[in-house]
Amino acid sequence: MKRIRNLLKVAVRSILKNRMRSLLTSLGIIIGVGAVIVMVAIGAGAQADIQAQIQSLGANMLMVLPGASWHGGVSRGAGTLNRLTLEDAQRISDQATLLSAVSPYVRASGQVIGGVGNWSTSVSGVWPSYLAIRDWQLAAGEFFTERDVRAKSKVAVLGKTVADELFPDEDPLGQRIRIRNTPFKVIGVLAEKGQSPFGFDYDDVVMVPATTVLYRLAGGRYIDRIYASALSLEESAAAQEEITMILRESHKLEPGQEDDFRVRNQAEFMETATQAQQVMTLLLAAVAAVSLVVGGIGIMNIMLVSVTERTREIGIRMAVGARSSDVLTQFLTESVVLSLVGGTIGVALAYAVTLFLSRAVGMTTIVRPGVVFMAFGFAAGVGVFFGYYPAKKAAMLNPIDALRYE
Amino acid sequence: MDRIIETRGITKDYHMGEVVVHALRGVDLTVMRGELVAVMGASGSGKSTLMNVLGCLDRPTSGEYYLDGRDVSRLTRDEYAEIRNQRIGFVFQTYNLLPRTSALENVELPLLYDHDGRVKDARATAAAALERVGLGDRLEHEPSELSGGEQQRVAIARALVNNPAIILADEPTGNLDSRTSVDVMTVFQELNDQGITIVIVTHEPEIAQYAKRVVVMRDGRIVGDRQVWDRRSARMDLQNMSPLDGDAGAVGESVSR
Repeated sequence: MKRIRNLLKVAVRSILKNRMRSLLTSLGIIIGVGAVIVMVAIGAGAQADIQAQIQSLGANMLMVLPGASWHGGVSRGAGTLNRLTLEDAQRISDQATLLSAVSPYVRASGQVIGGVGNWSTSVSGVWPSYLAIRDWQLAAGEFFTERDVRAKSKVAVLGKTVADELFPDEDPLGQRIRIRNTPFKVIGVLAEKGQSPFGFDYDDVVMVPATTVLYRLAGGRYIDRIYASALSLEESAAAQEEITMILRESHKLEPGQEDDFRVRNQAEFMETATQAQQVMTLLLAAVAAVSLVVGGIGIMNIMLVSVTERTREIGIRMAVGARSSDVLTQFLTESVVLSLVGGTIGVALAYAVTLFLSRAVGMTTIVRPGVVFMAFGFAAGVGVFFGYYPAKKAAMLNPIDALRYE
Repeated sequence: MDRIIETRGITKDYHMGEVVVHALRGVDLTVMRGELVAVMGASGSGKSTLMNVLGCLDRPTSGEYYLDGRDVSRLTRDEYAEIRNQRIGFVFQTYNLLPRTSALENVELPLLYDHDGRVKDARATAAAALERVGLGDRLEHEPSELSGGEQQRVAIARALVNNPAIILADEPTGNLDSRTSVDVMTVFQELNDQGITIVIVTHEPEIAQYAKRVVVMRDGRIVGDRQVWDRRSARMDLQNMSPLDGDAGAVGESVSR
């Protein structure tokens, strides 16, 4: 116990006596540890962001897209054969057992006139169940009902962006707007949903009954997508199967014939995105770890110089009775203390940087305690590993040679 | 009387490439408890080599060395370190104090390496040692803030602090002016009067006059060994010097008188 205290005392004294050199030596470790923690925090933050965004789309969500048409063995791409109809959506809704909600989706873009001016936006024709599927809330008013859908009512629910653009100063509820010259009554405003990971503004939308879009705005009988919500995340794969069965029957496809639609499930997408993000995080951490190793080599370099520079000091210590093991542990302790101090400063620095990133820049960062301990432990390991060779070199000196060293 | 040091046929060879230098060619030396011995000789006579061997800083090539009754010629590195730490106090020509380290911490140094932990309060023990060499008021000064004589006193205090069997001093006055040299010799004489055995290597006859016994070396052998009957008192010499006698010429004159 007393020995350890003496060792620490000697090491700390020696470090304090060479403040500048100690700081520069630690700098490599400070930057290394800081970089590892910050990089992983940014990576984990981005991962959490993506997950949250996907979650906000509705984690249990399933999406049915029209299939690609084939022409002489060549695919013409998704959507070239549009064979999804409102009846398909109705069949799924009626027959499926693993779904909690189903809604068709018809998109029409167009100019909306009303309030203070006009705004070009996308008009989504959906069923009332769409809100639940997309995990979307109403901010004011109400959503249209099944009855409105059957009646092809000219009622609209505005996304926040549209509401703000057209009615910056007044309550949009009950206002009249015109979509492609057809008059609509605003009955509700959606809560803010924000942006997609790719910068698409979800709130730039007007929702009207699907039937209204098909029969009053766009014409035609095909819909763009069908959205559905599985009962649970675990059942989404089974629900996917179920939808495929129902649609194949509805489209009268022979066994062996290719699907003319595609069913996507959100969980798959989430997995892919998470995996990509994990690779990214790993890459960042690897780059940061390299800087930690470089920091360690910096420590070794300085300790080697230090051993040469302090050869006389080592000689003096040996002359008054220091054993080889005393000298070895002294230099090892010094490098470990240096790297631990560097590690501590690095952790503090990383904390400050992540705080800055999330407060000032608005980045999501997640500092995991495990990563902090790992980086810290790694720093200590670097100290021992890279400090050993110089320490051994010092310990093996002959006292009389060390004393004579100029 | 106890034999503190007893060597039989100590030799030391250095290999400088192809050439072998015989620094010591069979030294028989016995030092009794309470002696104050000056080892004299020209440079290259082997006196410093002998000192390093006696101080367990270097190993003899052959021969036997008994320190305080214990054969120390065939020991491990760690045992050597322990003997340097507990049985021997070494004073160097160049003081060899740790720079940017207070006098107190310098004197504490040997206590840090005392693995048996015999000393309970290192600070107090170190302070007492500094008190003994007359530096009780300079505890927190660093070597750069001390004069050469004061630095050598710190080194002597460091040699004393572990209560060694013997103090070995290699040219302790070599870097000091005459007045300071005499001043340092008063410290050695006073410590010797308190019963501490001391061996001093010097090439200055003036310094040897303060010893009780003078051993002369030449070409790695002892060629002379005599008791000093008309031993000078360094304290008296110091009192006879005028306080302004700082430069070497004036002091040299007063010493040779």
